[in-house]
Parts: sequence; C-alpha cells; structure tokens
Amino acid sequence: MIIRTDRYSATKKDSMDAPKLLCENHFMLIQPVPQDHASVIAKNLCKNYPGTKALDHLSFTLSQGEILGLLGPNGAGKTTAIHILLGLLTPTSGEVSVFGLSPLKNRQKISQRLNFSSAYVQLPSNLKVSENLLIFSKIYGVKKFKQKIDTLLELFDIADLKNRITGALSSGEKTRLNLCKALLNDPVVLLLDEPTASLDPEMADTVRKTLKKIQKEKNIGILYTSHNMPEVEEICDRVLFIHEGRTIAEGTPEAIMKNFETNTLEQVFIKIVRSGDLILGKKNV
Amino acid sequence: MSESFRRIRAMILRYLFLHKRSLPRTFEIIFWPVMELFVWGFVSVYIQSVSGGTLSKIAMSLINAMIFWDILYRSQQGVSISFIEDIWTQNIVNLLISPLKIWEWIASAALYGMMKTCLITLILATISFFLYHFNLVGNLQLALIPLIFNLLLFGWALGIFTSSLVIRWGHAAEALIWGVPFLIQPLSAIFYPLSVLPPWLQVISKALPSTYVFEGMRAVIQTGHMPTSYFFIGLGLNLIYFVLAGLFFYWMYGQARSSGRLGRLGMD
Repeated sequence: MIIRTDRYSATKKDSMDAPKLLCENHFMLIQPVPQDHASVIAKNLCKNYPGTKALDHLSFTLSQGEILGLLGPNGAGKTTAIHILLGLLTPTSGEVSVFGLSPLKNRQKISQRLNFSSAYVQLPSNLKVSENLLIFSKIYGVKKFKQKIDTLLELFDIADLKNRITGALSSGEKTRLNLCKALLNDPVVLLLDEPTASLDPEMADTVRKTLKKIQKEKNIGILYTSHNMPEVEEICDRVLFIHEGRTIAEGTPEAIMKNFETNTLEQVFIKIVRSGDLILGKKNV
Repeated sequence: MSESFRRIRAMILRYLFLHKRSLPRTFEIIFWPVMELFVWGFVSVYIQSVSGGTLSKIAMSLINAMIFWDILYRSQQGVSISFIEDIWTQNIVNLLISPLKIWEWIASAALYGMMKTCLITLILATISFFLYHFNLVGNLQLALIPLIFNLLLFGWALGIFTSSLVIRWGHAAEALIWGVPFLIQPLSAIFYPLSVLPPWLQVISKALPSTYVFEGMRAVIQTGHMPTSYFFIGLGLNLIYFVLAGLFFYWMYGQARSSGRLGRLGMD
C-alpha cells in the first residue's frame, strides 16, 4: 500500500482551532493561517540541486506575532527555506513574499524590518561587543543606538561584556550577542536558526523566556528552527515538520502530539524521521 | 544618499576598529612595502653606481615603479581582503541580510583601501626621499595625480573581480586574491618599458590600464612631460574594466545565490 498525501486538499472548513487530518494514517495535519495576516508567505517552494531536491513544494505562512517552529532532521530543508526568505538563495520554482515583497528583488527594503540569528553565523571576533553592535546599529540606521545597545545587553544579561573582545566570549555569550544584533532594528519578523544550540539548559531557558517576552511585547513573528523539542513545545505557537523538503505535519504542538498519539514532540520527531519516506509515499508498505 | 553614506561610514569604521585592535595587522600594511622598497632602492643605488650616474633615470624609474606597483597591489587587496575578512569571521551573512547594498560595501572597501594606500605611499615616499634622495612628488609633480588615480581605479576593478571569484567559489578561490595581481605584473611594463616585450605580448599589455600608467611615469621621468593620451587611454580602459568587473560581480553573486553558496560563505 502506498500512503498518499495531498497537501492541498484542505477544505474551507479548516479553522485555526481544528486541525484537518488529511491522510489515512492521520500523519498529516493542516492548519492554514489566513494569508492576508501573514508577514511571510511561501507557496510551493522548490529548490533543486544536482541530484537532490532540497525543497519540494514547501508552503507555509508566518503571521505577525506568531512563533512558527520549522522542524525536521538534518538536511530536511529548514536552512534552505530560511535562506530563501533572507534572499540568500533563489528557489527553483515557487513564490515567496515577505511583507508582500519578493526577497530576491527587495532585499534592502525587507531587511529594515527583518533580522536573523543563527548558531552558525558570527559577529567579527576581533571587535569588541560594543563595536560590533555600534556598526550594525549604523548599518540599520538605529535611532538612539547607545540606549538601544545598553537595553539589549541588559536584557540578555551580557551588559558586563560590553567592552570585551567578541572572540573571547563563550559560545553562550556569543549566541546572546547575536540575538542582541538580531533585535537591534526592532524587527517585525525574526528568523532564528537554532538560536539556543550552544547554550546550557539554564541559559537556554533564560534566552527563551527573554525572546518570548520581547516577542509578546513587540508582536514579532518568529520563524524558529531547533532540534530541541521540549524547547519547541514551550516556545512555538505552531510547528511545521518537514522531511526531504516536504511538509509532513503542521499544527499546534498539542494538536500534532495528539494526532501522532504521543506525549512529546520528540516522539513525533522520531516517528517522522523513521517513517518520513512512508508518509511521503516514497516507500511501499 | 545620506543613508548610503551612513552605511559606508559604518563599514569603514568596522575596518578601522580592526587596526585599533591588531598591531600586527597595522604593522603588516607597512612591513612588506617597506621591505620591497629597500630591495629596489638598493638595486637602484647599485645600478647608478656601476653606470657612473648615466643610468640615474632608470634607477629613479625603478624606485618609482616599485611605489606605483604597491599602490596598485594595495588598492586591489583593499577591496578583496576587506571582503574576505567577513568570510573568515563568518560575518558575511549578517552583512548580506542587512540594508547594506553591494555597491556600498564595495565603495567602503575601496575607500578604506585608498586610505591605506595613501598612508603607505606617504611612508614609502618619505623613506625614499631620505634614504635614496628620491623625490616622488618633485619628479612627477602634477602628473602624480592622474597616474595614481588610474592605478587606484584599476586596483579596485581587480579587487572587485577577485572578490567575485571568492563569492562564487568560496575559500577555494582565496589564493587568486594574491595571485591575480601577479598575473598582470609582467604584462604591465612596470620595471621595464613596453618595447622590451615581444610584439604579441605588447598587444595584451596595451589592453591593461596599468601599462599606460607605468609608461606615463617613465615618460615624465625621461622628458618631464606625460602625454595626455596615456591618461585618457588608461582612464577609458579603467572604466571598461570597472563596468565589466561590476557586471561580473553581480553575475557571480547571482550564481552563488542560485547554487546556495552565498548562504554558506564562511561555513565551509
């Protein structure tokens, strides 16, 4: 038997509260967000590399004030999707819009209201913390930048490191500094690629709480990738599981856990990784 | 425009902060040109002594050529190294997703390169004046301005070209940043006149703006006058190379964006 999924068979009855089950084994959920409220819209995104499909008709939306978890195993296509949103990568086909603009054609306009932080992108290690933030404040045209820098450093509890060389910071401190940089321009949309990857549990918790607080206060839409499923359960309003570039499940963490008949997202993650090909109809049962 | 100016200033500030922090980096800017000057300076002294003064103009040309070569090399490096520095420090994605425009980035690197070049030229001119009694300003006088202008332009065009290769191929293309200037060195008639080259090589040499600078420099030293055609041909070629380098950069940028290399710069 081949399990067939049809991502776009959702009906108008779909609502935010009632995730729609789409396939026989209840693996696929859809919880559409009205597109007119969405800051980010990705429609049928495909990205092909020689011999590989990094994204295969991936569609999702991110609304203002929402935290969307983009989840999946390594190589699932999470970073590819983020790079397309950032205008760093051209999709092979499909459409993407951020604030109603194409990131490929309007990178500069979009970047004023969007920011990004990743465990794999660093600020220059040979500059002081304050110097790095000063330079990016000027690049983003931040008003009252001194005050802004001090507030952010206080918020992430690294105010005492202001005059320290960035290269001398621990990886946890660097992560918090990256988040300070990502919040300098008061972004409306924030893309966070494994932001707590190098933090100890206590610091990760503090950072999550701080992020959540800022997100609520400023109504920021956050696209969040992480391999830490308890973290995702705690912070994300909605999650999107992808496997080999395709959506496998989408909904609130609770709804997804319920439909996968598991108690944790981690179990869902494992189930998806182990039977992803099956769900996508790539393997016969 | 004021926003562009602000961002360019921010980037120059970023490059200057590096010097404040790193003495070896600042020292390195001065060290190599000064060492080179010592070598060519003493070669010139030797030529002058064995020729009994009859080859003094040739000796003078050698010191001048060395200083000019350094201006060309440093202006190319100014653009390329500033660019690759952000790849080394894994900061490039932060810049690529910021409001900084590509031309603003190149402009800031070029201006920073120009600041370094001015400093080095000043140091080299001072050393040659006191050590070899060579007066750069006195010898070339007003011709110095158009000659240096054309050198800077060509250096920037080369810098944009080599940066394009790095953006497309990443670390694998880094060696070209240092190698490309040396590809044009033998063809630019730097230490010898164009007539020394075989005719078929002269054709290639005449397609390089740097050749007209070095030929012009020798003309001033020999006759006290630089044919204006040298300046205008050099300038025309520079404009062509500048536009071609810019187009090549945008093409490579597009290629890197399509292949996924752009987002992975600094991570391989």
